[in-house]
Amino acid sequence: MNNFKPKIIAFCCYYCAYAAADVAGSLRLQYAPEVRLIEMPCSGRVDPVVILKAFEEGADGVYVAGCMEGDCHFLKGNIQAKKRVEHLQKVIAELGIEPERLAMYNLSGAQGDRFAEIANQFTERIKKLGPSPIKEGEMYNDNS
Amino acid sequence: MIIAEPKPIQEVAEYIKEYHKVLVVGCGGCTSVCLSGGETEADILATSLRILRKKEGQKLETVVTTATRQCEPEFIDGLKELVDEAEAVISLGCGVGVQFLAERFQEKWVLPALNTILAGGTVQPGQWEERCGLCGDCQLHLTGGICPVIRCAKSIQNGPCGGSQNGVCEISTEMPCAWQLIYEKLTVLNRLDLMLAYRPAKDWSKERSGGPRKMKREDAAL
Repeated sequence: MNNFKPKIIAFCCYYCAYAAADVAGSLRLQYAPEVRLIEMPCSGRVDPVVILKAFEEGADGVYVAGCMEGDCHFLKGNIQAKKRVEHLQKVIAELGIEPERLAMYNLSGAQGDRFAEIANQFTERIKKLGPSPIKEGEMYNDNS
Repeated sequence: MIIAEPKPIQEVAEYIKEYHKVLVVGCGGCTSVCLSGGETEADILATSLRILRKKEGQKLETVVTTATRQCEPEFIDGLKELVDEAEAVISLGCGVGVQFLAERFQEKWVLPALNTILAGGTVQPGQWEERCGLCGDCQLHLTGGICPVIRCAKSIQNGPCGGSQNGVCEISTEMPCAWQLIYEKLTVLNRLDLMLAYRPAKDWSKERSGGPRKMKREDAAL
């Protein structure tokens, strides 16, 4: 399990998390290389279907990173994103995927250190959980 | 509108366990508005079903489409080619939509993805409530626009029962007594005389007991 390199997708709001990733880069902060960023115009623009499809396509963990509550560039996008993530956690639980594999974080564009911290913490969490249960199906196929 | 809620995904997955290609049909009508069966929900269901199948190491092919309204033949006729190519059809319409699809495509299993629960409306975003009991003999002109058939737990037609306490129904402190609401509304309208008016027994023959009901308009027929 030590060799397990999870695939983690981070949907990052352009106004905060994505900018924070730039700050982290400028500060030469190391963060987990397993995290793949996808730039979004707002965390509220993350479509629930896309999150599910990320899991379908083999993501071991997915998180949405939006602005601090009250600071959304579009007023309530991050609040909407939080509700969607909470709803989707129930949906993936129904599908037999641990809800902890999906998370919502809030940070500001200046928090490069927090961005790195989130990336590392979430990656650690997914490493502890192991590969996504969806991959069990692939193992059946590999064995056959 | 008709309000429906999603069935557990595992239940729908069980319906289609023997099929490898299914058509998932959303509905652009009521179930879309109550966020249970529209385009997005159809896509979420299809993805969820594929994930479940993938977990078992098997493949499921899904085709997702949405009909403007599943309860009208002209909108579902256009699905014929997609239906022909699928082994089964999953409908995210209400019970009416499922039946219209099943009637139109006789040779295919049409399976429901939703439980149809009530005729009502949106009281606030994300919350829907029942308002009509479909009794076939509307009495709202006598009750200030508040329906005792569906909003009173006992469907009492002539004033509150002894279970009405402090304006709420005995079955739940969150449920207002329909007759209390009627009384308050008639007070505002200055029509409390309606509370005293003689009313013959309600004609329940127009209700559901006589089998499926029909409505016809000769001038609309082709």
